Amino acid sequence: MLLKEGQIRIPSGCAVSAVISKEGNLMSGEKIVASMIPMHERSNGLGGGFAGYGIYPEMSEFYAFHTFFDDRESQKACESYLRQSFEIVKAEPVPTRKIPAITDEPIIFRYFLSPLRSRIADAQVDEREFVARAAMHINVYIDGAYVVSGGKNMGVFKAVGFPEDVGEFYRLDEYSAYCWTAHGRYPTNTPGWWGGAHPFSLLDYTVVHNGEISSYDANRRYIEAYGYKCTLQTDTEVFTYIADYLLRRKKLTLEETANVIAAPFWSTIERKAPEEKEKLTYLRNVFSGLLVTGPFSIILGFEGGLMALNDRLKLRSMVVAEKDDRIFIASEEAAIRVMEPDAVNVRAPEGGEPVIVRVKEGRY
Amino acid sequence: MIILNARATDNAALNESVRAAKDDCEIVGCIGERFIGAGLSSRTIRIKGIPGNALGAYLNGAKIFVDGNAQDAVGDTMNAGEITINGNAGDAAGYAMRGGKIYIKGNAGYRAGIHMKEYAGKSPVIVIGGRCGSFLGEYQAGGLIIVLGLNDDGKRIVGNFPCAGMHGGRVLLRGDAKDVVFPDKVTSARATADDLAAATAYIKEFCAYFGIDENFVLDCPYTLITPDSANPYKRMYVEN
Repeated sequence: MLLKEGQIRIPSGCAVSAVISKEGNLMSGEKIVASMIPMHERSNGLGGGFAGYGIYPEMSEFYAFHTFFDDRESQKACESYLRQSFEIVKAEPVPTRKIPAITDEPIIFRYFLSPLRSRIADAQVDEREFVARAAMHINVYIDGAYVVSGGKNMGVFKAVGFPEDVGEFYRLDEYSAYCWTAHGRYPTNTPGWWGGAHPFSLLDYTVVHNGEISSYDANRRYIEAYGYKCTLQTDTEVFTYIADYLLRRKKLTLEETANVIAAPFWSTIERKAPEEKEKLTYLRNVFSGLLVTGPFSIILGFEGGLMALNDRLKLRSMVVAEKDDRIFIASEEAAIRVMEPDAVNVRAPEGGEPVIVRVKEGRY
Repeated sequence: MIILNARATDNAALNESVRAAKDDCEIVGCIGERFIGAGLSSRTIRIKGIPGNALGAYLNGAKIFVDGNAQDAVGDTMNAGEITINGNAGDAAGYAMRGGKIYIKGNAGYRAGIHMKEYAGKSPVIVIGGRCGSFLGEYQAGGLIIVLGLNDDGKRIVGNFPCAGMHGGRVLLRGDAKDVVFPDKVTSARATADDLAAATAYIKEFCAYFGIDENFVLDCPYTLITPDSANPYKRMYVEN
C-alpha cells in the first residue's frame, strides 16, 4: 500500500562532495565514491554523478564528448551532425559494470573530437565557442541525444541511482583524476532522469548543486537571450550556463562571478570601502538578472581548478578541509573524514564567500 | 558503560541500540550517523568521531558529550538535557530548542539558536566559546545565547544580521561588540551586573567542562541584546 503524507518521512537534501590536488596529483575515483556513503540519506536514488578532471591524459588534446542516446537513431543523427564539424578521433562506449542497482541505462558513448579548422573559420568564432555551440545544438535539436560533458581531459559520469552505485556502475575506481566532484540527488520539483542527474556541464565547466533556485525563471530568461537553451528539465543547468557566460564570454574572474550570482546584500555593500563598494554595485547592476536566490551550495569544476559557493543567506551546508596538497569540500564533515580521516583546518565558508582552488600551473 | 561501534551499523540500528541500552553508552567510530540520542530522556552518551545531523534532536533530559566536531542542527527542538561539543558545530545549532543546554567549545555556524523559545519554567541556554556565523538568534523568541569569542584569529565574534527578527530572550556577547551591526529593532547595551548574574553560572560551567580559566572569561565587559518589539522582521529579505 502506498504510504500517505504523514505516514512516511523521507529526510533528504542533496549531497555534494569534492577533492582536488593543488599539485595535480592523480587520485583514483574510489574515495570520492566512498565519501557519498555517509550522506546516503541526502539522496533518494533518483540521481547521482561525478566529474573527473585529468582522466584522459593520452587524449588530452581532444574534446571528450560524453553522450547519452535514447536509441540508435538518435546516435546516428548525432554522429552525422558531429562529422560535419569535427574529426571523430575515437568513438567508444563508456565502460560500465552491470549492477542490479542501476537499470534502464541509455546508450552511453564517448567521442574524442578535433574541430575542423575550416568550419571554425566559417563560423567566425573561437574554438571553444564553436564546440560549445555544437554541444548546445545537439541538446536542443537532436531528439534523444544529450551531451553530458564536452571538455578536454575530463568527463561527467551520471545516472539514475544512488551515487555510490553510480560510481561502481561507471567503474570510477579505474580512472585517475586531479579533481573529482560528486553529487547525490533528491529531485524536488523536476523528474529524476539520466540527463537530469548532476553534474551539469558545458565545455569543461561542471556544476554540482544542493538546493533549489528560486530565481530560476529570471535567470533562464536572461541567459537564453545569449544563445543558451535550458533543455534538461532542472534548475541546476542554468548555473552551468551562467558560469560559462560570465567566465568564458564576459571574462569575469571567479571572485567577480561569485559576487554576481551570490551578490552581497545592499546593506552589506553599503559598509564596504569605496572602491569595493563601486565594484560590487557595478556587478549587481550590470548582471542583475544573474543574481541567484534561494538555497544553494554548488561546486563549479573547470580545467585546473574548482570553486565552491553557498547562497548569500547560506541556506545549505558546506564544509571545507585540507590535508597536504589536497582540499576537500562536502555537504558534511563526515564525507571529508571518509576521504581523509586526518584532514585539518575544517571550516565552513560564509554565505557568498567563494572557495577557489587552483592546481599549480603546468601540473594539469 | 556500553560501547557501541557506529561503523558496524546504520543510523536506525545505531539509534535502536542506544535506546535499548539500559546504561550509559559510548559510541565509537561515528561518521555522520544522524539523530543520535533523539528524544532520549535519561543516561549519558559519549561520542567519538563525527556525529551526523540533528544530534540530540528532541532531547528530553539525557546528556550527550561529543569528543570533536558536530554537524548541522545540533539539539534541534530539544526540550531538556545537555549537549556538550568539544569542537565546532555546524549550522542551526539549537534550532527551535525550548529547554536544556548546549555548550560548544569552538565556533558555531550560521543561525545558531534560530527560533529558540521559552515558556513558564522552560528556558534554553546555548554557550558558544568561539564565534558564530550570520543570523545568530534569528527569530529568537526566548532563552539565552552566550557567545564568548575566545578565538584569537582577529575575526568578528558574529557574522552579519545577528538577532534579525528577534522578539524574545537575550543574547550576550563577550566584549563591546563595537564592530557588530545590529538591526534597528533590538537594543544592544553594555550588560549590567544583574544581566551578568543570570549568565555567570552557565559561563562557569562551560569553563569547567573545557578547562578554560573562568576569571579570564568573566573579567571583561559584555554586551546584552534584547528585542524592542514583537514584529521586527518586516521586509528583511524583500528590500535587501
